[in-house]
Amino acid sequence: MSSTDTIIIGGGHNGLICATLLAKAGQKVMLVEAGESLGGLARPREFHPGFKASVAQTLYALPKSVINALDLGQHGFIPSNETLTTTALSLNEPPVTLAGSTIAGACEADTAAFTGYKQQLAVFSRALAPFWSKTMPRIGATGLQDLMTFGHLGLNIRKLGKADMLEFFRVATLPMRDLVDEHFTGESLKAALCWDGVLGSQLAPRSPNQGVLTLLNRMAGHWEGEHYAPVGGMTAFIDALASAATAAGVTLRTGTSVTQITITGSEQGQRCSGVKLDNDEIVTSERVISSADPKTTFLKLVGPRHLEIEFSNRIRRLRSKGYVAKLHLALSDLPKFTGLETPSGRLILAPSMDTIEFAWDAAKYGELPELPVMEVSLPTLTTPGDAPTGQHILSANVMYIPGELKEGWTDTVRKKLTAQLIAQLDGYAPGIKALVLDSELLTPDDLQQQFGVWGGHWHHIEPAIDQLLMMRPTYEAAQYATPIDGLYLCGAGSHPAGDISGNPGRNAAREILS
Amino acid sequence: MSNPDILRENTADPYAGERLKLSHFHERQAALNLRDAWSSWNGFKFADYYYDVDYEYFCIRNTCGTYDICPMQKYLIEGPDALAMLDRMVTRNLNKLRINRVTYVAWCNDSGRMIDDGTIFRLGEAKFLLTCGSPCLAWLRKSALGFSQVSILEHTEELAALSLQGPTSFAVLKSMGLEAAGSLKPFDIGHYPFAAGEVMISRTGFTGDLGYELWVEPNLALALWDHLYDAGANYGIQPYGEAATNMARLEAGFIMPYMEFNEALKTVNFQYDQTPLELDLGWLVDFKKPHFNGRRALLEQHKTGPKTLLTKLNIEGNKPAEEALLYSDRNCENEIGYVTSAMWSPAVKANIALAMIDVEALSGEIWTEIYYQKELRHHRKVARCTVQTKPFWGPERARATPPEMT
Repeated sequence: MSSTDTIIIGGGHNGLICATLLAKAGQKVMLVEAGESLGGLARPREFHPGFKASVAQTLYALPKSVINALDLGQHGFIPSNETLTTTALSLNEPPVTLAGSTIAGACEADTAAFTGYKQQLAVFSRALAPFWSKTMPRIGATGLQDLMTFGHLGLNIRKLGKADMLEFFRVATLPMRDLVDEHFTGESLKAALCWDGVLGSQLAPRSPNQGVLTLLNRMAGHWEGEHYAPVGGMTAFIDALASAATAAGVTLRTGTSVTQITITGSEQGQRCSGVKLDNDEIVTSERVISSADPKTTFLKLVGPRHLEIEFSNRIRRLRSKGYVAKLHLALSDLPKFTGLETPSGRLILAPSMDTIEFAWDAAKYGELPELPVMEVSLPTLTTPGDAPTGQHILSANVMYIPGELKEGWTDTVRKKLTAQLIAQLDGYAPGIKALVLDSELLTPDDLQQQFGVWGGHWHHIEPAIDQLLMMRPTYEAAQYATPIDGLYLCGAGSHPAGDISGNPGRNAAREILS
Repeated sequence: MSNPDILRENTADPYAGERLKLSHFHERQAALNLRDAWSSWNGFKFADYYYDVDYEYFCIRNTCGTYDICPMQKYLIEGPDALAMLDRMVTRNLNKLRINRVTYVAWCNDSGRMIDDGTIFRLGEAKFLLTCGSPCLAWLRKSALGFSQVSILEHTEELAALSLQGPTSFAVLKSMGLEAAGSLKPFDIGHYPFAAGEVMISRTGFTGDLGYELWVEPNLALALWDHLYDAGANYGIQPYGEAATNMARLEAGFIMPYMEFNEALKTVNFQYDQTPLELDLGWLVDFKKPHFNGRRALLEQHKTGPKTLLTKLNIEGNKPAEEALLYSDRNCENEIGYVTSAMWSPAVKANIALAMIDVEALSGEIWTEIYYQKELRHHRKVARCTVQTKPFWGPERARATPPEMT
């Protein structure tokens, strides 16, 4: 039995960031990661000899404040200012390429509308931005700090000016489809513009109340939602996080999983006393901070018997089904996409908003879509070292693929889906089929198995209004502290949710130190 | 087909699903319900009274009566995790409950507000019977999350249960051949051969007097009734309904849902429900247990003490203070609480009440404003109240083992 101040469960970016900040503040921190290496869903793994890819492969949301607080620059992290373009690809229309607030390839009207549209969203996004780095007020709390958080947001929205403020309230909860329909006509362009409002969630263009807010959240911060590949790729990013953690004195234990968060009971009540590891070793600590998803943390590692009945049932009911599959192709050469000189940036393979909607319709009922929609990129264009010289990786986020497939996930189903996706890609990049050396398909079910994330949900739990802000993951655990003394959360299941922002990890550390 | 009689003969009851269910003892009870005074409880046809409320009340206090507890909700909770699951749900420490013993328990939501009270029978190492006034299967299922080795079985209609209460209750049991039940101490359970099967007898009840509850398989229900009423003929046995029960339980100081407390899961207004501490059930709350549902919230309240407390009152005069408000002054200007149940108690010969009172006001004067009616004329009376700590009714015989033969 060993002992430390703080144990962090999970070595994804949030766990690493939280661990480093606490170690820098003087705590003795041990981080336990089940995988053989750090990085969670951003961890590059070799899927074919010489070919390395990660589920998350670009950055856009990591705040400069986090980068600075961890001195990530000192540890070899070089964020790129060269952001990636987003291209709407369609078999029926010419490609439309978006870069910041510029657009190329669209019809005249859409071109004229685009800049204003982007600028308006950027203004809204900036008004909301301070919220993502703050601890949410407790419901019913009347403390000065809590009131100031609300006040700050209110003030920011008021500062938009009357016209913009009213417009903000009008559009904030619109379905993505309604928003883009107001401004644009091009089918594939509209589909591509919906993409960042629905990606990684249980939302499609027609879903109300969340798509626009998700988009505004993603547009917050220095890069305003534009993706970039860090120099050296995700490997360099994760290595920098690990190096910062080590330099701060964090003990990193990989290949070790926590099987239980130990709870000690006495006449004084319960408190979290440490963790039990898969080798039955007990490590005691003053506090345990879990970057695992809320369901894994509470239902599996703590166990409902140590929790309150209504609380544990709220955790049970959290919506946490992921619908994004990841396709990795090892390619012998760079594929040629029709209409594109180089397949750089993000390519959105969704001919129309209806295509996206229909794909979601099938997935809701546990079925595979007839025509999946994809966000495709070739990370080897920016990080050639991830594949042997001259060879490439194609990486695709495929939606909507249910983790709980009605017919069940079998090798046959996987192979059939992979073949279907490659055939679909071949329509956009004729001849790509012949370049495929190997492929890997990670369904949400695989993400659950391989990365231990409940439901295979990127954001641990669905980022929807009932599971956001002071409701994330649920009230009584929305300020990083939990109903169990000594147990905290710091993962994507906490405010302000997922993608690689590091905000939950940083906010949790600040809350614990305050 | 215009003849309505033909229609009636050929058509199934269109209200079949809406009809009240009949208790296993219904056939006998219906024959004795001379006033057809039926109401309902948990979907069962249930007697408010059978003949006369006061008569039934005096049978409880002077001879004995039977009260149908078939509609009371019953759940069998079994398995290696049953004890841990129930112990986390209720505020009391169940690890102390021995086999063949019964305990009175309360359970709360996360905020420490009381959902219901009831009794838990430990029938075996890993077998428990929970009884309570309102359905709570959904709450039990929620409570079982994370306890993989526990089964929860709705058991209400699988048992026929009858409460036999009053000073002659043991004499009746004895004369029907169940003398062995005399060794049962309060809250003991015994199993005895009966007819072709068995009767389970618990020394429990809701009247604060000597009494038992009898539990048989439904097919033995009528036989049990007949044996009881044959044996009880000379001991003044009489069925009693809800109205007489309500009188007896108030004298004993027992609480009733929707009188003293509003079930937390059905309470809409914020904190219009109660905590066990507010209901003077602090003795049911074991803070030495590291965890039970609502512990954190109750501990907070325990530290400062509850702001209101269910209190027994003796009220001057003889006019029941039903639904009356309480004041700290004779002029009824400063309101300090409200009466939850009140009656003139013939057994105690006192005007008694249970009331929810601001704790701060308990040390001062307590007055109540009673409205009553005399031949259609309404009258108002302001009466002085005094706090009583002991139950209004609690005779020595309620606890004596073996019970005295009256």
